[in-house]
Amino acid sequence: MELADIIIKLVLVVIIFLISLLIAMYSTYAERKVAAFFQDRIGPNRAGPWGILQPLADGGKMFLKEEIIPTNASSFLFIAGPSLAIMTACIGSAVIPWGQKLTFGSTVIDLQVADINVGILYIFGVVSLGVYGVMIGGWASNNKYSLLGAIRAASQNISYEISMGLSIIALLLVTGTLSLREIAEQQHGFWANGWFTWNVFKQPLGFLLFIVCAFAETNRTPFDLPECETELVGGYHTEYSSMKLGFYLFAEYINMFISSAVMATLYFGGYNFPFMHHLGLSENLVTILGVVALFIKIFAFIFFFMWVRWTIPRFRYDQLMDLGWKVLIPLAIANIIITGVWITFIRG
Amino acid sequence: MEPLSNKRKVIESKPLNFWERAYLPAILQGLSITMKHFFKKPVTISYPEEKREFSENFRGMHSLKRDENGRERCTACGLCALSCPAEAITMTAAERQPGEENLYREEKYAAVYEINMLRCIFCGLCEEACPKEAIYLDGDIVPADYLRKDFIYGKDKLVEAPLNQ
Repeated sequence: MELADIIIKLVLVVIIFLISLLIAMYSTYAERKVAAFFQDRIGPNRAGPWGILQPLADGGKMFLKEEIIPTNASSFLFIAGPSLAIMTACIGSAVIPWGQKLTFGSTVIDLQVADINVGILYIFGVVSLGVYGVMIGGWASNNKYSLLGAIRAASQNISYEISMGLSIIALLLVTGTLSLREIAEQQHGFWANGWFTWNVFKQPLGFLLFIVCAFAETNRTPFDLPECETELVGGYHTEYSSMKLGFYLFAEYINMFISSAVMATLYFGGYNFPFMHHLGLSENLVTILGVVALFIKIFAFIFFFMWVRWTIPRFRYDQLMDLGWKVLIPLAIANIIITGVWITFIRG
Repeated sequence: MEPLSNKRKVIESKPLNFWERAYLPAILQGLSITMKHFFKKPVTISYPEEKREFSENFRGMHSLKRDENGRERCTACGLCALSCPAEAITMTAAERQPGEENLYREEKYAAVYEINMLRCIFCGLCEEACPKEAIYLDGDIVPADYLRKDFIYGKDKLVEAPLNQ
């Protein structure tokens, strides 16, 4: 790898990192605005025009709040918890292909930080690390509500990771690769060989299972039991204040962004959009439009996350476990069998 | 037995059918309901800039009225203070001096007239008791303040602005 390539990659890493943070910041604003619209309200509108400076005001408030570490808390782990949560949230974006290649003369810029051939496994590894931040923080707080929240988070994430993995296996049977770049390339165009190329049309049940599990993995309503206010005060972050609390909340929004990006890449064609090579545009312009298309898909998913939050009430804990183990896992296994039969006997 | 009202509704509890148990149609229905609200006009009134219309019989801050010549109507009879269930009103009467006929309508007037807005319950009984039509609760909402003593409103805040000369 040449020096120029390394610099390009570093710049790309920084840009993706900043975009993740910016989107997480404005997700908090969007969450409040969307919530307000769903409840026939206006939402934050005092800081700047239409309240667009609200995230800065919230962030400033978070930084100025008093930093409290409870006396009996394990202070090292207490700080390690939110750090781990935000770190694992941020590194997930490394394998997502944000667009095709940009070409400037002889330099080719690949809009993906790392095209590793086990991209999906990497994502899964990072996502399952994410629960450690919650667990460590909850345990180190030395508070029963935090501990209960952490236990819930751990068991919920482990239960839903299984059905998430199983729903992905069916997708991998169809695609035959673990690399996110290749999966995105396979969904090129919109219509080929008499069927849609996007995986959501090939794996509708798999997508349904995946999105339900994604809600559980990101601790969003209806599966937000780890931080359920009505039962557990604040769940695992009861004892947290100041920017350490901010990191937990931020990590949640970054996770939402990353899982939206993964869903868009795996099932909704990633950066592909219909008729992308029939418009007669230059390659670089098509690539940039592709990035825009990917972000539109991501924002649509983020909006869907918020939409569901204001529609469905929270599950009870036993219902959550029932759904995970007795419904989603059998459905995922059935989906694998159906896909396998279809690939073996029909697709040939 | 005859039902008391005809509003009673017998609810049958049938077992759920497959689609009801599948839970997804219900979720889609719920999503469509919330989406309808997303496009509804917000009902919020942005308070300091816009104000909600008061009803016609809204009782707000008191004002001590003047007559058509701009003289204070209050004669310090004390009926308002007597009628006040919250004992919020106190006053000190004084005799009108010669030459003050353009200030006070009656021969006796209130030199001090104080209402404790923290005690007042805005019932409007003072308004009803007043024989001189001197006090009305036709003002705005009583504004917030920091100190209890600042909620005792004297004549400076209660008496209507003088007529334009």
